[in-house]
Amino acid sequence: MRVIDHESQQTLNTGAHPVDIPFLLTRGYNRLCFILFGPAMDTDPSANWMQEAELADLRHDLLRFVRLQLRDDAAMAEDIVQEALVAAYTNRDKFSGRAQVKTWVFSILRNKIVDYFRTNSRRPEQSLTRDDGSEAEINELFDDKGHWNKGLQPKKWGDPESSLENQQFWEIFEICLNGMNEATARVFGMRELLGLETAEICQQLDMSENNCWVVLHRARAKLRLCLEHKWIGAESC
Amino acid sequence: MLSCKDATKLVSQKQDAQLSLMQRISLRLHLMMCSGCKNYERQIDVIHKACRRISGSDD
Ligand SMILES: [Zn+2]
Repeated sequence: MRVIDHESQQTLNTGAHPVDIPFLLTRGYNRLCFILFGPAMDTDPSANWMQEAELADLRHDLLRFVRLQLRDDAAMAEDIVQEALVAAYTNRDKFSGRAQVKTWVFSILRNKIVDYFRTNSRRPEQSLTRDDGSEAEINELFDDKGHWNKGLQPKKWGDPESSLENQQFWEIFEICLNGMNEATARVFGMRELLGLETAEICQQLDMSENNCWVVLHRARAKLRLCLEHKWIGAESC
Repeated sequence: MLSCKDATKLVSQKQDAQLSLMQRISLRLHLMMCSGCKNYERQIDVIHKACRRISGSDD
């Protein structure tokens, strides 16, 4: 039986057949696909919804976004992505195009992650400002006067736009992001992935704004170094 | 004269906060003369763009 289709949308809203969303979510991805693409797919007049391949792509992107921030909590990541997709599907008539669906789902996820960080008392175990060894790694790039050591100046990368279209770049980028320690990744993710202001990050993580900038600088410097080692090597192959 | 090490700090801080006029001028002068730091700035920008794309907010 198809529980969420266009006709039953009304009965769903009047509460005649309340749909147990948490129950549906426990049934996993196959179940989700069935709900979203069930047998009545071709009678669905909603032109704004996605084909299966598009949905799989979007889901992959959403999972990457969430996993990079929740890290070891893979089950939680799956759950909130699924919830967001089901929510998008039930609201599909409100969107005027797929780009809007995507923007909407991402903003839902952003809020969910912010909430998760806010309410989850489990903080990264490492101290937020403790040096993870990257300080020395970064210092080695410079001489006593603070100028780039010979041969260690940042190289010119290829055209940034084409890097961002390159599958291998993304694989390396994810490896490098995952290589950050949890505490650094939390601050970096809140800033660069969730787009929070440093003032808000400091407040949530109980650190000074100055410390926040130090951590962000270290995170970027280390990420850049990782990309330069792995990506430039790969690019020139 | 700004060192490269200080310049990279300012390049990062520029993403998160408004730099003072003095910091902006000295950074700009440094970047005009130093290709290493100029490349550094471009790379930090690639990282920023990549993160925006991961967050679904690039378009
Ligand atoms: Zn320089």
